[in-house]
Amino acid sequence: MSADMTKNATAAGSGSGTPMVKAEGVHKSFGPVEVLKGIDLEVRPSEVFCLIGPSGSGKSTFLRCINHLEKVNAGRLYVDGELVGYRQRGDKLYELKDSEVALKRRDIGMVFQRFNLFPHMTALENVMEAPIQVKGVSKAKARERATQLLERVGLADKAGNYPSQLSGGQQQRVAIARALAMDPKLMLFDEPTSALDPELVGDVLDVMRDLAESGMTMIVVTHEMGFAREVGDSLVFMDEGVVVESGNPRDVLTNPQQERTQSFLSKVL
Amino acid sequence: MTVDIDKTAGPQDTPPGGPEAIKAIPVRHYGRYVSAVIAIAIFVSIIYAFAQGKINWGAVPDYFLDDRILKGVGQTMLLTVLSMVIGIAGGILLAVMRLSRNPVTSSIAWFYIWFFRGTPVLVQLVVWFNLGLVFEYINLGPIYKDYWSSFMTPLLTALLGLGLNEAAYMAEICRAGLLSVDEGQTEASHALGMSHSKTLRRIVIPQAMRVIVPPTGNEVINMLKTTSLVSVVQFAELFRYAQDIGQSSGAPVEMYFLAAAWYLVLTSVLSVGQYYIERYYARGSSRSLPNTPLQKIRANMLSLSNRSGGGANA
Repeated sequence: MSADMTKNATAAGSGSGTPMVKAEGVHKSFGPVEVLKGIDLEVRPSEVFCLIGPSGSGKSTFLRCINHLEKVNAGRLYVDGELVGYRQRGDKLYELKDSEVALKRRDIGMVFQRFNLFPHMTALENVMEAPIQVKGVSKAKARERATQLLERVGLADKAGNYPSQLSGGQQQRVAIARALAMDPKLMLFDEPTSALDPELVGDVLDVMRDLAESGMTMIVVTHEMGFAREVGDSLVFMDEGVVVESGNPRDVLTNPQQERTQSFLSKVL
Repeated sequence: MTVDIDKTAGPQDTPPGGPEAIKAIPVRHYGRYVSAVIAIAIFVSIIYAFAQGKINWGAVPDYFLDDRILKGVGQTMLLTVLSMVIGIAGGILLAVMRLSRNPVTSSIAWFYIWFFRGTPVLVQLVVWFNLGLVFEYINLGPIYKDYWSSFMTPLLTALLGLGLNEAAYMAEICRAGLLSVDEGQTEASHALGMSHSKTLRRIVIPQAMRVIVPPTGNEVINMLKTTSLVSVVQFAELFRYAQDIGQSSGAPVEMYFLAAAWYLVLTSVLSVGQYYIERYYARGSSRSLPNTPLQKIRANMLSLSNRSGGGANA
């Protein structure tokens, strides 16, 4: 771990302050299948952190652990210095109540591979929903903010459309706007472009690039090596539940050290 | 022959120079003509048989708007609505209980559904009616205390009998609806920081409704007809009043036809209501909603009055 991390720390930006996400020996099993076998990594504020690897390597599972959609079986996971899903008093861990977990999730935006927009609401209503229901924002304010966000992702003219009336790329941009409406300090992207037609990938990546430039901390599970190389500050290659290699994306992608990384990249690049 | 050929040759809308439109003689489906004639013949002979029978049809319109019949219609509708309210509320509760992770609540819900679905409504009604043998008094502490027999009015018996039975069926319908909503919806909602109950209320139930409404419409129509059973617990509704009139006026069978006609009228009205509710919950599920019959008529009128009919689609 330590060797990887030191390489990582020199990669970019100011290394001081609490890391946005810190994983220490994170394990996760589904029944007898161990999906994560001890993940250690650190994501600093304002960093664009890319996770790559073959399917089944545990990237998505790890991402879902960060906002406690999955429970970690062993190890510790911290977001902004706070333990995810538990409270530690002395050497005992107490499970957090659902309402406390929900409170923490407010600050973590998540974008899914299959968009998961609410199909019975228009694009605008999708973006307005959480601020009104969770933060108690007034309808007028939520509408104003949602309109701004839709404009930001280039969909101001689609506000009144239902998700079924939007293309995949448009849906995913609405999903990004929906996550941003909660003013998160961290954004998780779970293969945001994998379900899209190649032609539509660019629009979504543009929005993400714009977001990265605005200083958002982003963890991106992706197969878009071009995006990782251009926008990413650090990159981790995962396989079979462990971190195989990590470092600056440009170094790892052009000059992988591990044999496993080399064989994976030779297939996808 | 010539008519058919004219039909295909009729629209000469192929642009000049375009591909030549196919002019073919359509296949003749003689079987269809034969089956249509047979079906009409059977239908007419049945109607004729009824018209010939020893039934005094004049009595039906005479009593159709009789005060007692109208009162019975009112009672039937009241009973239908109240029983369905109990059924739907109970059904949602039971469905949520069954889907909950708490093994006690989910098995209680399972047991309830097993019992109420497994016994006939008629039997349940009679049991409710005679529960005075088990409970002599009803005692809610300082709030209410009375003899069971005076507490259990016919209306209450009917409501409990029909409503609690319905809840068991509605529970299964609601459960199917809740399960039909993609898990990603719950995840997305949780990821936005929404609580379990908000997720259920704002995200899952509105989508489940699309699956829940059509079978529920069936249940309402079924309930309307099942209310005719409650005469056994001395509750007077449409069927009971029709029977009473039949006995006093000497036209018992005619009054059964009258009741049947009223049930048909009511179920037809309910079907129209169901159409509009389904349409409401279909929003967002398809790219554009089909026009309602009213909108279709309006669109036709517009195109008739020679205005370009595009605006009617909005």
